[in-house]
Amino acid sequence: MATIVAQNSPQVQSPRSPQSQNMLFLTVSVMDPDKRGTGVQAYMSYPVITKTNLPDYKGPEITVERRYSDFVWLRDRLFEKYKGIFIPPVPEKSAVEKFRFSAEFIDMRRQGLNVYINRIASHPELRQSEDLKTFLQEDGETMERLRFQETGIFNRKPSDLIQIFKDVQSKVSDVVLGKEKPVEETTPEYEKLKRYIYELEDHLAEAQKQAYRMVKRHKELGQSLLDFGKAIKLLGACEGESLGKAFSELGTKSESLSHKFEDEARNLLMNFEEPLKDYVHDVQSIKATMVERANAFKLKCELSETTKLKEINLEKLMLVRSDKVGEAEIEYRKLNTESEEATRRFELIVKLMDEEMVRFQEEKTTDLGLAFHEFAKGQAKLGKDIATAWRSLLPKIEACSVSSH
Amino acid sequence: MRNKSIAEIQINGRKKYNNLGEIKKVVTSQKEARTSTTNSQLPMSSPETTASDDPLSFRSPNGEVEDSPLSDSTSFHPLQTLTPTAINDALQTPFGIGTTNGVVDLDDPLLAAQTSIPKLSLPYSFIDPPSYEDVVFSPTQIDCNDRHSSSSLFHQIVVSDPQKEDGMSYFTYLIKSKVATDGNEIMVRRRFRDVVLLADRLSEAYRGYFVPSRPDKSVVDSQVMQTHDFVEQRRVAIEKYLKRLAEHPVIGKSDEFKLFMETRSSFSLAVSNELEGVGRLPVLEQHLFGEDSGMGSSEESGQSARGGRDLMKLFRELKQSVVNDWGRVKPAVVEDDNELLVWKEKVQEFEQPLSNASQQAESLVKTQQDVAETMGDLGMMFMKLSRFETENTMHDTQKIRAAYVKGLGTSAVKASRFYRELNGQSMKHLDTLHEYLGLILSIHTALSDRSSALLTVQTLISDLSSLHAKAGKLESGSSGIFSPDKARVRKIEEMKETIRMTEDAKNVAYSDYERIKENNRHEFKRFDKERRRDFSGMLKAFVINQVGYAEKIASVWEKAVEDTSVYSKNE
Repeated sequence: MATIVAQNSPQVQSPRSPQSQNMLFLTVSVMDPDKRGTGVQAYMSYPVITKTNLPDYKGPEITVERRYSDFVWLRDRLFEKYKGIFIPPVPEKSAVEKFRFSAEFIDMRRQGLNVYINRIASHPELRQSEDLKTFLQEDGETMERLRFQETGIFNRKPSDLIQIFKDVQSKVSDVVLGKEKPVEETTPEYEKLKRYIYELEDHLAEAQKQAYRMVKRHKELGQSLLDFGKAIKLLGACEGESLGKAFSELGTKSESLSHKFEDEARNLLMNFEEPLKDYVHDVQSIKATMVERANAFKLKCELSETTKLKEINLEKLMLVRSDKVGEAEIEYRKLNTESEEATRRFELIVKLMDEEMVRFQEEKTTDLGLAFHEFAKGQAKLGKDIATAWRSLLPKIEACSVSSH
Repeated sequence: MRNKSIAEIQINGRKKYNNLGEIKKVVTSQKEARTSTTNSQLPMSSPETTASDDPLSFRSPNGEVEDSPLSDSTSFHPLQTLTPTAINDALQTPFGIGTTNGVVDLDDPLLAAQTSIPKLSLPYSFIDPPSYEDVVFSPTQIDCNDRHSSSSLFHQIVVSDPQKEDGMSYFTYLIKSKVATDGNEIMVRRRFRDVVLLADRLSEAYRGYFVPSRPDKSVVDSQVMQTHDFVEQRRVAIEKYLKRLAEHPVIGKSDEFKLFMETRSSFSLAVSNELEGVGRLPVLEQHLFGEDSGMGSSEESGQSARGGRDLMKLFRELKQSVVNDWGRVKPAVVEDDNELLVWKEKVQEFEQPLSNASQQAESLVKTQQDVAETMGDLGMMFMKLSRFETENTMHDTQKIRAAYVKGLGTSAVKASRFYRELNGQSMKHLDTLHEYLGLILSIHTALSDRSSALLTVQTLISDLSSLHAKAGKLESGSSGIFSPDKARVRKIEEMKETIRMTEDAKNVAYSDYERIKENNRHEFKRFDKERRRDFSGMLKAFVINQVGYAEKIASVWEKAVEDTSVYSKNE
């Protein structure tokens, strides 16, 4: 069954944990934030409410305060720990400073964070992570400490996602373009997948651009109708009784329709463009995982190589009955273990990725389906509203035409 | 000033829409249209009920009654002729003599055709409003060529086939039309210079009328003038101009226009042969200075405002030579032309919001166009995405996704097409605003014809007063200082001759002025009626168009809604 990710979703079913049927649940909601701090230090603090009956949680309902960088911390932790899994992308950091506290942006971000955390909570593997539990339960001080730890260890800004993605991009291109040593997976299926993911990103980026342009067009048309309405009203003031009235009605109607376009623009932004943006980020997350896979593959190959060499060397030593045999054997065994471990890790990633791809495709079909549904619904409603509005004007215009002759 | 053209009204980008089909035109009513110097009592038609409410109505603002017709010019004050009541009466009557029906039938299929919804019967039921299926859209139906403006002499005017004459640097255009009387088709070839000549002649001959503005002369160099774009632009402009001329109830039947449309030979030759002398304006000079004072080329004489000013100069000089140092006599009391002032102001008041509305309409059309394009791009992009998913299917769910993505893409492309059509229609309807904006210039010209004619009359009257005063002094001063000798007698005789001539000139100027006033009145009346009809038609057509297409677009999206309803949040 496809999992349905919704804002305040009820049960979540997992295909991988047969024991968590309808009895156990984990629901998370990100609520409207409050502003904390002042000046440059100011930030938004989001209440996160967790409702669960899972035993490893402190209680049935837990509320904590989290800020954006905490969500990023979680993502980074999950990315480190769960290689092979497509970690849901965190909503972008806004580039424009002054936009940061606008109501529209805050609402969009809240929604984005909500979707994000719920995807983690409904992912069969990720939802079991300790880091998630930490995130959902620990108090602010603990989070702060953990956040700074993260920064310290990895020596990078916690919320510099753009840079991370850039690194991933270049790494992946290096791998794909074969800039690095040709220690690369070249199975035809994986090649196909890689190509698919790359091209998909391009298509989706284009789709998102078009969607954004559509939002803009709606705003522009709204403005245009407003201006037109005003101008028509002014012109009507020159005319007499009934014709003047017709002008005035038309102008007013035009102005009122402009609001509908404004509303639709907002709807498109939230429910059509945002999901497309998410889709792009999802694909980028896959690319990040591909880098991990490539690294794991490289490691496996290198260790495998080295182990073989060590084995040959050991055999040589054994043949000449050297006294270095013992040492060499220990080294060999150690390397062999590491090599097997690396191979295991790599194979796990491969297996997980396969499962994740299935999940990804299913999820995206649902998500995109919803987004398209909203888009079509919005457009249909707009069309109907426009038709109704203009039609209501017709009797008045009739009246004016008849009497003015 | 007279021969300014529409493009001098700065409507940005307007020219680029010229090629997109003809705009809604004024259809004159089914009446004969002749100029009338009306003082006769014409039968009253149905009163214009709303005219009194109309702030913009151009009925005469004055209000008293007066009886005296034109009489002896010396005692008569020329500017108190037509009484306001008489004026009102004249305005009450329909435009033209001998007809009674001033009402335009709304069920007139002709009128319906203008609003592009030919089958919509009025008024239709509003309880069960028609959907777009009921309202049969034939958006391409509106075409000036199909309409029969029954009062035009020439129908279906088409300007085409620009050709460059061998060895010449100019283009000629083929002008085809159908004569109303016998349905015969005429074809003539004209060059742009002929159009200018026609315009000049018309503006001289039809002062006081709202003479349609001719197309621009070009301000580009000869290289550009050879380009296809330029020639095409000009062709379109000429066609529009000729159509407007044809539809004017008076000008469309003028000798000048007929000559232009029918004569196979060279137009300029025909003009000098068959039409009256060099314009009618210099008639006054002719009286004063003789026939051969003709002001050179027709282009010069066509400038009425300039002509007016020249005359003023002339008369000032004349006055100087006649009036001695004893001072100028104050001109006799002349009444200001209130009607003119009021109308001038009204036109100015109208022009501002009209220009604004025209601009906003243009902007709206452009924005709608952008929406159409972006919608189309979006649709194409989704279809590409769908194809991509289909070609790279690794999971079944991709097929499902590809299907509805394609569906949405198709819907978007369809919607985009409808938006484009809607916009094309909107553009046509709203073009009425642009048309009327162009008309404003003609109105200004007509009003300034009037004010310069008035000025001429006033000047002549005041000069006449001075002359009389001077003559009186000459005669009374005969006994005394100067002995009655031949020189003085001769001088008195000369003076009397001058007075007679000036008197004649004044009479001519006066009747000119009266004629122009009448023309003004008729035109304003026509303007009122046609403007109301055109504007209400425009509003209706615009709204009906919006309704129809919005419904079409909504139904396109309904299907997509259904296709994706399985993903709806509510499920």
